[in-house]
Amino acid sequence: MDLAYTPRQKAFREEVRAWLAANLPAEPLLSYDTREGFEQHRAWERKLFDARLSMVIWPEALGGRGCDLIEWLSFEEEYYGAGAPMRVNQNGQLLLGPTLIEFGTEEQKARFLPRMAASEDMWAQGWSEPNAGSDMAAITSKAILSADGSHYVINGQKTWSTRAIFADWLFGLFRSDPGSSRHHGLSYMAVPLDAAGVTIRPIQALNGKQAFAEVFFDDVKVPVENRIGDEGQGWHVAMATAGFERGLLLRSPARFQYTARKLIELYKANRAIADRDPSIRDAVIEAWTGTEAYALSAYHTVGRLAKGARIGAEASTNKIFWSELDLKMHETAMRILGARGELTADAPAAVDAARWLDGFLFAQAGPIYAGTNEIQRNIIAERMLGLPK
Amino acid sequence: MDFTFTDDQLTFREAVSRFLMVEAVPEMLREIWETDSGRSPELRKSLAEQGLTALSVPEDCGGLGMDDVAWALMTQELGYYAIPDSLADAAYVATGLLNALPAGTAEREAWLGRIAEGSIRIAVDHPVNPLVADANPADLLLLANGDEVHAVPRSAVKVDSNASIDLSRRLGSVSWTPSAATLLAEGEAGRALWAQTLNRGALSVAGQLLGLAQRMLDLSVDYVAQRKQFGKPIGSFQAVKHHLADVATQIEFAKPVLYRAAYALAHQEAGVDARVSHAKLACGEAAWLAARKGIQVHGAMGYTWEVDLQMFMKRAWALDASWGDRGLHKSRVADAMLADGAALGPGHTFEE
Repeated sequence: MDLAYTPRQKAFREEVRAWLAANLPAEPLLSYDTREGFEQHRAWERKLFDARLSMVIWPEALGGRGCDLIEWLSFEEEYYGAGAPMRVNQNGQLLLGPTLIEFGTEEQKARFLPRMAASEDMWAQGWSEPNAGSDMAAITSKAILSADGSHYVINGQKTWSTRAIFADWLFGLFRSDPGSSRHHGLSYMAVPLDAAGVTIRPIQALNGKQAFAEVFFDDVKVPVENRIGDEGQGWHVAMATAGFERGLLLRSPARFQYTARKLIELYKANRAIADRDPSIRDAVIEAWTGTEAYALSAYHTVGRLAKGARIGAEASTNKIFWSELDLKMHETAMRILGARGELTADAPAAVDAARWLDGFLFAQAGPIYAGTNEIQRNIIAERMLGLPK
Repeated sequence: MDFTFTDDQLTFREAVSRFLMVEAVPEMLREIWETDSGRSPELRKSLAEQGLTALSVPEDCGGLGMDDVAWALMTQELGYYAIPDSLADAAYVATGLLNALPAGTAEREAWLGRIAEGSIRIAVDHPVNPLVADANPADLLLLANGDEVHAVPRSAVKVDSNASIDLSRRLGSVSWTPSAATLLAEGEAGRALWAQTLNRGALSVAGQLLGLAQRMLDLSVDYVAQRKQFGKPIGSFQAVKHHLADVATQIEFAKPVLYRAAYALAHQEAGVDARVSHAKLACGEAAWLAARKGIQVHGAMGYTWEVDLQMFMKRAWALDASWGDRGLHKSRVADAMLADGAALGPGHTFEE
């Protein structure tokens, strides 16, 4: 155990800090759940990419920086610590990206990854269907290979596809063997959202914005080159990269540590009011202890990965931990704000442009998306503890 | 930056675990519970023969010079097997205190040498603990009188026993008279020794609590996989699964907190108090959750004397408030967190 950063790690952190200080947008960007805000975030991503800071752990040849995981954690700490914008293309970059690196052909990597790193292509996800939510293996949308083997024909419907109305591409699982069931006969596909036969219908989310969408496929032709991994192996491809990425990459500790810091500031600025309810102080303390625990767990995991360990079902403990912690922190902020908590951003009396309210609404989704916390608890019980199905 | 253990440390832990698995079986625990002294000279002897009393004694005093980080693994094993012996009090907490005395202090080398060879039992007092654990069977007591640190032979004190619900804990109220002859340190030096001893005691207990949590989880997993109702193992029901998944999650996120605190103590970092208190809170909460969920999934069996779970639950309940209750540790965390200019948030997990 040696808890000092190496000179290289320190130098990289300094570079990131200096770059952010010089380049952070003067004004907060608009919400990326709006068209205008989405494009503002795309422009910001381009700026990050030009500084080779958009995907620091990817190899340089693919638009990345070749950083180790400690440097990645440091990047995240500097990035979120500076209050930098949310990452608009992260579903592609953090979920599809690693999948392509592990399962994609060289041609696919060269074709998709640099453009993804630069956010020239924005990616939406296509997993859930109206009757396949927690039970994802119930997918019925089909991708059937043409007789000449040149393309797939896709029919069906996906839903809860985040920011799909603004995105360029969709990735997800489709049933390529019509006679198959459950986890078998699925293929992992990349589908351009401007293809003929694609219809996208926005769904208004809790915050009133078109944050996600339903996507309908009506005889959509997709070239066979867009299949990632072998035909029928889609479930395996999707699951192989699910653990570490969903657990840690997608929600690095820094963004929650940033929330904890803001919450402590909010508490200190409103102590006279907050301390009328002694349980608030407790919850504020737990924001710090919880986010520190999550950060420490990340460093421990990253160290074990560097020594060759594989991360299995314990990734599900991450999902539960960060989503419930994030919710608790935002609930605590709302309790401190009291009657001002309900005010939206355009209310003259709103506190801090209603950012706590926005975060509170989004935090409600945390225990639901990326596999509900009930499903995660089943995974922990069955695969980590070995309890019977 | 490497926040993991070395292969040697992990191998050592494995060896200790294998040893205790054989030496500290629950049946033996029950037998020792029934005795007047609550202590087994044979058990202490076999612990000493394994070298476990010598772990953190410095090498020049006949020990292995192991640090707090390695002890964070060791204490988990002591907790997991709930050994009915105060090994960590002498071999870790008292050793740390004696080791911090100025080199050349007459008693230091002598006592450290005897700890290493396993021929002395030492009980450690601290103002946060109203009673002294293992005062009765001790040969030597390290006692507090304000800032003063005294080393007092058992023959010079009167001990009134106080029964604990955990029959492995033998607590004593100690009456004694401080004298110049027993004084080891005072003033600033004394304060520093007691401050460090509180951290080491709290960390020792935190590790044991985490080990206890893991043991209670393992016992519960075994039980729910066997016990059948409605024609299937109760462990197949989601309500039961989710109880135990919550325990596993709490344990998973308490571990690195314990390790971080151990490193802070070993390296005498400025923020060590808050790190140790965080560890004590996280491990205590994991242990109490494991006890609560453990008894719940054991059903009525969990409320019996017969099922082994009770021994581990009682130890967890008792240890949680030793070496500082939650109020004390929460206050220490709050003091650090709410201080003006406190370094917290992203980027301050390892550096100020």
